[in-house]
Amino acid sequence: MKAFVGIDLGSTTTKAVFLDESGQVLGRGITNSRSSYDLAAKIARDEARVSARFALLERSLKADEGLAAEAERLRSELIAHFHRHQQLVQLGRLREIAFVEAHAPRVAAIAEPLRERLAVILDAMEAEEKRPRLGILAKQTSEFFRDRAASAFSRLAEERADSTVKFGDLMGIFDKAILQVENTSFELKFDDSLREAAAELVPAMGAEQGQRLIRVVETSLDIDLDEVRTIGTGYGRQRLPFAKEDIRSEILCHGLGAHAQFPGTRTVLDIGGQDTKAIQVDENGIVTSFQMNDRCAAGCGRYLGYIADEMSLGVHELGPIAQQSTRHVHIASTCTVFAGAELRDRLTAGQRREDILAGLHRAVILRAVALLARSGGVEEQFTFTGGVANNPAAVDALQELVHENYGARTLNISPGSIYTGALGAALFALRAGEERWEAA
Amino acid sequence: MSGKAVKEQSMVKQKELIQDHYHELSRAPETGRKVIYTFVPGNLTELFRAFDLLPVYPEINALQSAMRQKSTLFINEAERAGHAEDVCTYVKTDIGMLRRGNVGPSGEKLPPPDLLVLSYTGCFTFMKWFELLRQEYDCPVVMLHTPYQGDGKITPSMVRYMVEQMRTEVIPALEKVSGIKYDEDRLKEAMALSESAETDLVAVLESAKHRPSPIDGYFGGVYYIGPIFNAFRGTPEAAEYYRMLRGEVEERMAQGLGPVTPDGLLANEKFRLVVEGPPNWTSFREFWKMFHEEGAVVVASTYTKVGGLYDTGFRHDKEHPLESLAHYCMGCYTNNNLPQRIDLLERYARDYSADGLLVNSVKSCNSFSAGQLLMLREFEKRTGLPGGFIETDLVDARYFSAANVKNRIESYLQMITQKRAPSARAEA
Ligand code: SF4
Repeated sequence: MKAFVGIDLGSTTTKAVFLDESGQVLGRGITNSRSSYDLAAKIARDEARVSARFALLERSLKADEGLAAEAERLRSELIAHFHRHQQLVQLGRLREIAFVEAHAPRVAAIAEPLRERLAVILDAMEAEEKRPRLGILAKQTSEFFRDRAASAFSRLAEERADSTVKFGDLMGIFDKAILQVENTSFELKFDDSLREAAAELVPAMGAEQGQRLIRVVETSLDIDLDEVRTIGTGYGRQRLPFAKEDIRSEILCHGLGAHAQFPGTRTVLDIGGQDTKAIQVDENGIVTSFQMNDRCAAGCGRYLGYIADEMSLGVHELGPIAQQSTRHVHIASTCTVFAGAELRDRLTAGQRREDILAGLHRAVILRAVALLARSGGVEEQFTFTGGVANNPAAVDALQELVHENYGARTLNISPGSIYTGALGAALFALRAGEERWEAA
Repeated sequence: MSGKAVKEQSMVKQKELIQDHYHELSRAPETGRKVIYTFVPGNLTELFRAFDLLPVYPEINALQSAMRQKSTLFINEAERAGHAEDVCTYVKTDIGMLRRGNVGPSGEKLPPPDLLVLSYTGCFTFMKWFELLRQEYDCPVVMLHTPYQGDGKITPSMVRYMVEQMRTEVIPALEKVSGIKYDEDRLKEAMALSESAETDLVAVLESAKHRPSPIDGYFGGVYYIGPIFNAFRGTPEAAEYYRMLRGEVEERMAQGLGPVTPDGLLANEKFRLVVEGPPNWTSFREFWKMFHEEGAVVVASTYTKVGGLYDTGFRHDKEHPLESLAHYCMGCYTNNNLPQRIDLLERYARDYSADGLLVNSVKSCNSFSAGQLLMLREFEKRTGLPGGFIETDLVDARYFSAANVKNRIESYLQMITQKRAPSARAEA
């Protein structure tokens, strides 16, 4: 089967999308961008490939009359088993490296007790990992191993730390080890893992159904997934590990991706980590005009990141807090350099945290609305993409300002909005595979 | 490369011209020649020559300082002296250069002015700039006010107003500083030479109508306009230079060659663009490269009309020397109103078979930047061609983000490609 791949290397995350020949999304993958773009692109691609494989498996399950009714449940369970397996492999790597690090001369004085505590912590993490978990299946794929491991490790390290082996000593080892785990890509034997996962399900299924499952798994593994064309885009696209003719501007990719998600789209706003883009597209998703912020990162996603750091909050917490605001605070500057000072001044002046945050969100959106105006306004329909589209306070502010300036507009936000650029790139890959128009 | 040898002859000539000029300037204190400082838009070069005066153009010093990577130092110097961040960076580069010994682009010291001729064309900053220089040098200023073409035309009373200023203020001031009596015949002689150079320059710029274009009308264009915007309009050397240049360009055109870039011959013309706004000078070469490596050629630009708009038919006229100087000043591109500018852009797109209009909006200069977005939208509406927008500065390196500019240029060019794509056309 032919697959067309789009990869979007963002400043914070790298996304990959697989399409089949009809333009249907087969699979998606995401990972955090790291200093090696090649590796980030590879990991996202591997993940998308795995998820495409599962999509193919689901198609095979649905095609089997005996299993069709249970296709979705089976797929979810197989994914859960698979992911657990994947996490355990990574955890194993983490353990190996952590013990190497625990032999470093730097920690020689506490080597013995340090290793002891590491063993306890890592055993506990492994046990947690093995425990069946329900209801988090969907979430799992979008969660990074690093984040999961970090939260588990630090929680357990806190319990285990004492005056001999301090919390900092343990975390020091973890930080070194996780970096190495992240920066090596290891081949996950997909076929074997899937077979193992299937084997775990069979006992509970009854003989005939179990046989069917094994057969379907084998059929789907026989399908050859041929990545015929890849197009790359994104913030790091100058250094994307692709040939020049395989790279498309992120502006074009966002336009086309948004059009694919919402065919009625005429205006797209993308607020990413490093830049904000206002894009107008025609009825075919072709960009007719665009504007983006200049070299200054004020008003981009990164600005909210600074604010979150300054308040010791997670960036996801900002929006919901801002939504509790009751009083209007006007903030004009979204200069990243002065973000901290601005915030402290206002807090000292007695303004409430939620009101200040609401004001900050409005300021970010005000800049975006100015950019929209310069690109040609907000047409019906209007699609909002990028990390900031997940922030409810930003969405509220945007809706309000767009309504004030342009009247009623349908505002689209896709749950997969983070993949918009990669989706556009994959659509370009599909087109490029079909007709080599860019050569014209 | 076949293009190289052809290019060099006129380039060498231009280099010589400019070097000789700076050399002469550096020797002015010994030779006793008098020096005036003046601006490029609306300059009266032929008139200065008629009084044996040597002109200095601070804007040209500023842009050349930037090309030699000196402007950051000079801007810092000026900011330390209290000039705010949002003051036009040409001004700050000039002030910084002055404070650091006034060493010009050739590495030789520039003489102080004996007179400042403030040709006030559209930009209020000009007035403040020379006010500052007057203070620094403690020298007289004479002002020539150029009325803005607010209604899009030059009326007889506007011409009279300017000629009157020349007769009653500028010429007496020039006589006084030079000790030479005004001789209209000398001026007429210079005018005839100007006219010949201008006709050749227009032929060079219009060669870009040809496919492939033998020149780049923006990045290459700024070299071609050098002598005529600088101190040489109305000299036999400039007339000779343009004759030579025209010959070279026509030869290239006959051979079907593309423009010569700093990185070699552009052999594969893929995009033909009209560009509005001045270039960035601090990263000039890198900026150009972002175009030529994509096969984008600028076929027409407005910046190359900032020191005189000749391709709409204007020529200096030796029969009416002062009147034609007045027309010249009022006709400079930034002295045209917005509808005139849009008409010009539209005409360029049509006459030069362009694929679109790219605006480079520079932070420093309101004479250019004000209204550019409106112009862009109107252009799109009238021509149906796509518009693009980038933001940089003239000579402040802090305002040139290479990644950002490259991203926008590439996106813009891909947008043009996409619009041309067969599937887009079929579906549309
Ligand atoms: S603002 Fe523009 S026209 Fe005025 S001095 Fe500066 S560069 Fe020249």
